[in-house]
Amino acid sequence: MGAFRIEEADRPHILRLLIVWVILSAIGIVGVLQINYPPYDQSIQGQDQASTLKLLTALATPVFIAVVMMVVYSAIYFRRTTKELVDGPPMLGNTPVQIAWVAISAILVLFLAVVGIATLSSENVAQLVGAPGRTIGGGQTGSGTTGEENKEIHVQVIAQQWYFTYRYPDYGGVETTHLYLPVNHPVELHVTSLDIIHSFWAYQLGVKADANPGVDNIFHVTPQKTGSFQVRCSELCGLWHGHMVDSEGQVVNQSDFDTWIAQQQKDFETIASAVPSYAPYYFPLPLVKGS
Amino acid sequence: MVSPARVSERRLSIPNNPITGILLAIPGYFVGVWLGTLFGLADDQNTGVILGYVFATVLFLAGVGFLNYPLERLFGWRVTPISDPDENRGIGRFFRLSLDHKVIGIQYLVTILVMLLFGGIGAMLIRTSLLVPDASITPAGNYLPLIGLHSVMMIFITSAVIVGPFGNYLVPLMIGARRMAFPRLEALSFWVVPPAAVILAASILWGGFQTGWTGYPPLSEQAGQGMDSYIVGFGLIAVALVTSGVNMLATIIGLRAPGMTWTRLPMFVWGIFTTSILGLLAAPVLAAALMMLALDRTVNTSFFLASNGGSNYLWENLFWFFGHPEVYIFILPAFGIIMEIVPHFARKPLWGYRTGVVGLFGVALLSWFVWQHHLFVSGIAPVLRPFYMLSTELISIPTGIIFLVTLGTLWRARVWFTVPMLFCLGFLFNFLIGGISGVYLSDVPTDVTLHGSYFSMAHFHYTIMGGEIFALMAAAYYWLPKMTGKMLSPTIGRIHFWAMFIAFNSTFFPLFLAGLLNMPRRVATYDPALVGLNRWVTISAYFLFASMVLFAGNLIYSWFFVSKPALANPWHARSLEWQVPTPVPARNFDRVPVIVAGPYDYGIPNARPVADLGGMVGATGGG
Repeated sequence: MGAFRIEEADRPHILRLLIVWVILSAIGIVGVLQINYPPYDQSIQGQDQASTLKLLTALATPVFIAVVMMVVYSAIYFRRTTKELVDGPPMLGNTPVQIAWVAISAILVLFLAVVGIATLSSENVAQLVGAPGRTIGGGQTGSGTTGEENKEIHVQVIAQQWYFTYRYPDYGGVETTHLYLPVNHPVELHVTSLDIIHSFWAYQLGVKADANPGVDNIFHVTPQKTGSFQVRCSELCGLWHGHMVDSEGQVVNQSDFDTWIAQQQKDFETIASAVPSYAPYYFPLPLVKGS
Repeated sequence: MVSPARVSERRLSIPNNPITGILLAIPGYFVGVWLGTLFGLADDQNTGVILGYVFATVLFLAGVGFLNYPLERLFGWRVTPISDPDENRGIGRFFRLSLDHKVIGIQYLVTILVMLLFGGIGAMLIRTSLLVPDASITPAGNYLPLIGLHSVMMIFITSAVIVGPFGNYLVPLMIGARRMAFPRLEALSFWVVPPAAVILAASILWGGFQTGWTGYPPLSEQAGQGMDSYIVGFGLIAVALVTSGVNMLATIIGLRAPGMTWTRLPMFVWGIFTTSILGLLAAPVLAAALMMLALDRTVNTSFFLASNGGSNYLWENLFWFFGHPEVYIFILPAFGIIMEIVPHFARKPLWGYRTGVVGLFGVALLSWFVWQHHLFVSGIAPVLRPFYMLSTELISIPTGIIFLVTLGTLWRARVWFTVPMLFCLGFLFNFLIGGISGVYLSDVPTDVTLHGSYFSMAHFHYTIMGGEIFALMAAAYYWLPKMTGKMLSPTIGRIHFWAMFIAFNSTFFPLFLAGLLNMPRRVATYDPALVGLNRWVTISAYFLFASMVLFAGNLIYSWFFVSKPALANPWHARSLEWQVPTPVPARNFDRVPVIVAGPYDYGIPNARPVADLGGMVGATGGG
C-alpha cells in the first residue's frame, strides 16, 4: 500500500481541479443558502423541514460540483489528441484514494443520518419518533410530549373519496369540513380513512400522513403563523383524486378559533345524532365483497 | 430414458409459431372467461378475465412450441430439437421459438423497443394533457388509466431492456460459452413478455386501471376488470425475472470458459450477475402479493381489507420489498455497462476492478434493507424510520464507488470520444442528480414534503431514464455493430446524444421544482400558477421523444439500409465478445476459448490477447 503519495504527472491536474472546486463550491454554497426553501415557516415542523432541505442542498452542492468537474475535466483534458489509438497509463487502482473516497462518503452519509435522526427526535418533530404510530382501539391518544400548560389539541382527519373532514374530540367530537387550527398551539393529528388509502398533505404546515382504513396514524404539528393553508390528497385514490383539495384551511389566533369552534358545535348539534360518536377509526360500509 | 425401440415416430404435427399461438390463445381466453363465469362469484367478471388471460398465455406458449419437448418426452415420441443452430439460419428464426441466445437477444431487442415506443407515446399523451391545468384535454377518467399504462409498461420495459437484449446476446460471448445454461428457460423469459404487454394493453378495453404502478389496495380492489391485466401482466414479468435470473446465474457460474476467472469477468457480466440475484429473489415476493390481490378480487379473501381483518400495509410491505430491489434490477446492469464501456474508450485498465465489483454487491445487498423508505408517512412502525433512513443513505457509499471507479478510469486517459462514451458521460451527470435527489427523499423530515410529489417522480426518472436508458443507449451504440452487423451512424448518434441529453434535463429538472412547489403526482389538475413550468416541461418532453425517434431512425436505417457490414472489432476493444467474427457464428466459438488475460489490460506492457481462440486440443463441451 505504501504512503499516500501524489504522482508528478497528477499534480497540475489536481491543483487546477482543487482551486476551481473550492471557488465554485464557495459560490455555490453561498448561492443555495440564499434560497427560501419550502415548505417555509407556517409551522415549526415545516421550518425544520425547510432548514433540513437547506442543509442537504448546501452539502450536495460541493459533491455535485466535484463530480461534474471531474467528468467535464476528463472530457477536455484527457481526450485523445493523436489520430491513431494510443493506450493510457496502466493504472490499476490506488488503495489510499479508494479508502479516502469511501471514508469521505461514509462520513457525509453518517453525518446526514445523525442530523436527520436528531431532527426526528427533537421535540418539534415529535410526530415522527417516540409518538405511537397507531393506537388501535380505545380512542386513547397518547403522546409523551405534551406539557400541562400547552396541552395538545386533538384533531381527527377523516379521509374518504374524495374529501377530508375533521373531528375535534376535545370539543365534543364536532365534525367540520375545513381544518381550523389555533396558532402556537401543538396539535395532534389522527389520520384515518373510511375507504381506501389517502394521504393528508397540508403543504404549508409541513405535514403529510397517509390515511389508512382501520388505522389511526398520528402526526404532530405546531402552527406558528396565522394564515390559510392548503390541504390535499397525495396518494392516488381514484377518479377525483386530483380534486381532493381544500384551500380553506386556516391557522387563526386563539380567540378566533374559540368563536369558530363554538359556531361549529352549534351547527353540529342538529346532525350529531346522525353521526357516529368519535372513535379512532370507522368502517361505515362493510366492505365485504360479494356477500 | 426411453429405450430406442419404444420411441414412436409420431410427432406433434401442429406448426409451431406465434400465429398458431395467437389462434390458440383467442379461444383459450374465451374458455377461461366461460369457466370463470360458471364457477366464479356472481357479481364480478374478475375470475373469468384472470382465467382467460392465464389460459390465453399458456395456450400461446403451447402454440409457440413450449410444450413440444415435455409432451414428447412424456409420451415417448421422438424428441425434435426446436432449433438446431447449424440449420435454420434464415430470417424466419427470429419469428419462431429459438433456443439460440443470439436470436433471443434480437427478439428481445425488437420487442422491447416496440414496447418502448408505446410507453413513450403514453408519456407524450400525459405531458400533452398537462399543457392545461384543468384536465380539459384529458379528463381524469382517461388520465389515470393513461398513467397506469405508461408506468406499468415502462416498468416491464426497464426490467428487461438491458438484461433481455444485451444480457442474453452478450453474456455467453463474454464468458466464452456457446449457449446459456438453460436455453428453454431463456426462451421462456422472452416469450412471456409479448403476452404480458398485450394483456397490459388489453386493460384499455376494460377502461384501464386507476392505481398507477403501485396498485395499492383497497383502491385496486375497487378497480374494474382493467386491474386484472395488471395482475396477470405483472405476474408474467415476475416469471420472466425469475427464469432469466436463475438462467443467468447458472450460466455465469457454470459455463465460463477455462481461464475466465472471477477477476477476469467483464464488468457487464458482473452487473448482470448481481441483478440476476435480485430478480431471482425479489420477483417471487411480487408474485405472492399479486396472487393475494387476485384472490381478494376473485374469491373474496381479505388479505388487504382492514374491515375484514386484513391490512393494506401487507401489500405495501410486500410490494416494496419487491419494488425497491426492482429499481436496482434496473440500474445494476447499467452500472455494469458504464464500467464496461469506459475502459475500452479511455484505453486504460478499469481503475479498481475489485472495488467496482464490491460496489455492485454493496448496492445489491443494501437494496434489501431499504424498502420502508417508501412508507415513511404511511404510519408503519415510526420507530424504524431512522433505521430505514440510515440504510437508504448508506447506499450512496457503494454507488459512490461506481463513480470513483469510472472517474479513476478516465483519469489521465486517452479518451476516444465515441457516441457510447458520450452516453456514459451523460449517464454520470444524470445519475449524479438522481442519486443526490434520492438522499433528499431518504431523509425523513424532507421526505414528508417531497413524498408523493413531482420531486420523487423527477428523482426516479433521473435514475431510470437518465441512468438506465442512457446506459442502454451507450450499450446500443457500442454493441449493436456486433448484434446487427451494422454500425449506427456516429453523426446521427452525436446529434441524438445532445438532443436527448439537453431535452432530458430540460424535461425532468424543472419537475423537481414542481414537486417542491406543491404539485402531487398522478393528477390531471394542478395549481394554475405552475402552468408555465408545465408547458416548458411538455415542450421539452416532445423534443425528448423526437430524440428517441432519431435513435429509432438511426437503428432502422443502419440495420436495413446500410449495406456496408461493420468490422468485427470496430472499437479495437480487447474483450472477448469483439474477438469473434461478425455476424457471430452459430456456435459462437469454433473451439472453447482459453482465457489468458483480463479484458481491460490496455497499456500494460506485453499484455497478452484476452483469449486463445484456437482452443484446447480436443475440447468439446458447451455445445
